[in-house]
Amino acid sequence: MTNNLIPMLGVVTDIRIDTPDIKTFRVEKIGGGKCFEHQPGQCAMLSIPGVGEAMFSITSSPTLKEYQEFSIKKCGCLTSWLHLMDVGQQITIRGPYGHPFPVDTELKGKDLLFIAGGVGLAPLHSVINYCLAKRENYGKIDVVYGSRSKDDLLDLHEIQTEWMKPENNLSVHLTIDRAQEGWDGHVAFVPTYVKELGFDPNKTVLVCGPPIMIKFVLQALEELGFKRNQIYTTMELRMKCGIGKCGRCNIGDKYVCKDGPVFRFDQLGELPNEY
Amino acid sequence: MKKIAMASLNALFARIAADKKLYLPIEKAGKVDFYEWSEGENVRLDALKTVKSAKDVFFPQVENLLKFRVEGKSIEINQAPLCEDDFVIFGVRGCDAKSFEILDRVFLVDPRDEFYASRRAHGIVVTLACGEPEESCFCTNFGVNPANPGGDVTAWIVGEEMYLQANTEKGEKLIAELDEADAKAAQDEQARITEIVGKLPLNNLNLEGFDGEHLMEKFNDPKWEGLSRACLGCGTCTFVCPTCQCYDIRDFDNGKSVTRYRCWDSCMYSDFTLMAAENSRHTQLQRYRQRFMHKLVYFPANNEGVYSCVGCGRCVEKCPQGLNIVRVIKALGVNEK
Repeated sequence: MTNNLIPMLGVVTDIRIDTPDIKTFRVEKIGGGKCFEHQPGQCAMLSIPGVGEAMFSITSSPTLKEYQEFSIKKCGCLTSWLHLMDVGQQITIRGPYGHPFPVDTELKGKDLLFIAGGVGLAPLHSVINYCLAKRENYGKIDVVYGSRSKDDLLDLHEIQTEWMKPENNLSVHLTIDRAQEGWDGHVAFVPTYVKELGFDPNKTVLVCGPPIMIKFVLQALEELGFKRNQIYTTMELRMKCGIGKCGRCNIGDKYVCKDGPVFRFDQLGELPNEY
Repeated sequence: MKKIAMASLNALFARIAADKKLYLPIEKAGKVDFYEWSEGENVRLDALKTVKSAKDVFFPQVENLLKFRVEGKSIEINQAPLCEDDFVIFGVRGCDAKSFEILDRVFLVDPRDEFYASRRAHGIVVTLACGEPEESCFCTNFGVNPANPGGDVTAWIVGEEMYLQANTEKGEKLIAELDEADAKAAQDEQARITEIVGKLPLNNLNLEGFDGEHLMEKFNDPKWEGLSRACLGCGTCTFVCPTCQCYDIRDFDNGKSVTRYRCWDSCMYSDFTLMAAENSRHTQLQRYRQRFMHKLVYFPANNEGVYSCVGCGRCVEKCPQGLNIVRVIKALGVNEK
């Protein structure tokens, strides 16, 4: 009998420094292999004994068979501790939790537009790589990704060397908030850039980033003629149990951990604005 | 129907406690709560409302989930044991007994909470009819019958006798050795209680409109501001509430090992939803609204209309500011008074 609140052990087998405050941790079970199977958009509870436990989106695609990755921004107590880890450190992990993006149903056959800000690329990263692995299932794919500065762009190496490969037929639109030496790309906030790019409103959109960015991206998309039922996002609220019982991650009668974290905006519109 | 003289109850308790843990309303330091019974304890079956509800025995205020041993980069995990022995909780009032069904809807639905489930499987509940309900009681609004509160065994105190009716096989076993009795006395007592309950001032709350259909209407009601203004955010209401289920999970590091424990938490506290970057409910108004919306709207929306309130009246008695769910129901409900 499995006990939902009891985690399993994982070991950190690789650490990548992505930006000044984001690191990506590769996690395997002791002895190698994935801790569990997941679907794009699902999350897991990671913990360091004595420090705490928190929910993180699984950054790697389920099509990766050997391990899972988590891109984590250092911003609180547990994440600061995670950033101090060395390779070989054991952690605890339980999951997967939540509903994934509907990659094999509603998104299938659609033109996809991914919009991410900062570490908000982390949950979408899993979906993008899943779509690239099953490229024939999807139409045109666009990615708009922005960050504060060029140094804060997550996964830039992978974006440039993998995603932008011509055979992937994927357009990446990068932007940073303020002009910077050594950056000849676009400079604008993400919502503004989305409007400038003026996408065809029959795409299906997946957006993740800071709440303020999401708010203005939503506005921009609606100005371009997108409907709320074409736009998906993934939410984050404080969680303790991960299984819809501890009572804190609710938005109205929905629990983000169990009913989310992926929501379509027309569903969120029917709920209180407490997120 | 069985019966036992009140004077002989102690012997019954001793017999039960010989091979099972037995929890009873016991007075300690001037307050009555459910504690494990042993010879000489001051049992207070006459106390209508224990300070904390009876939920403690199934969902303890604090319980260990697991222990970690950490050595260098390695971690060892040892899960805390689940409940494996039958126990008896005796003297549970109808409201608290009903709260177990509500907690079941949280903890026993998939994915199940194994710690709670193991206690539920081993607990034997003896309820006690409310011979003297109080003005703060409003349980009948939520489908509780204080005259015949159910559980594995129902007990009625009539004069110097206690009458007991087994409702389940477990209950039958527990009271098998007691003397047979005529059902008349307990039936008369039920009728007497039903009559008193009918006259209670909060007996007739109008819950119309408290449902998932009216979620946003209730959420956006401007009355929340006035209702919540005096709330201190002390959390007393949540700690005395039989249906509040929110919990925290924390680690205690004693330097040698780390114990991960679960403890009751309160949605009334500002750090309940606090994250490193932000707080999704940052005002007391939002937190106050959350607590009552959960009980009266969100919970029934997810549970076929069942409210997460049993009308025990503890919040009516204990809130230092006199804020309580009855005020919310009256203020936000369909006015007809």
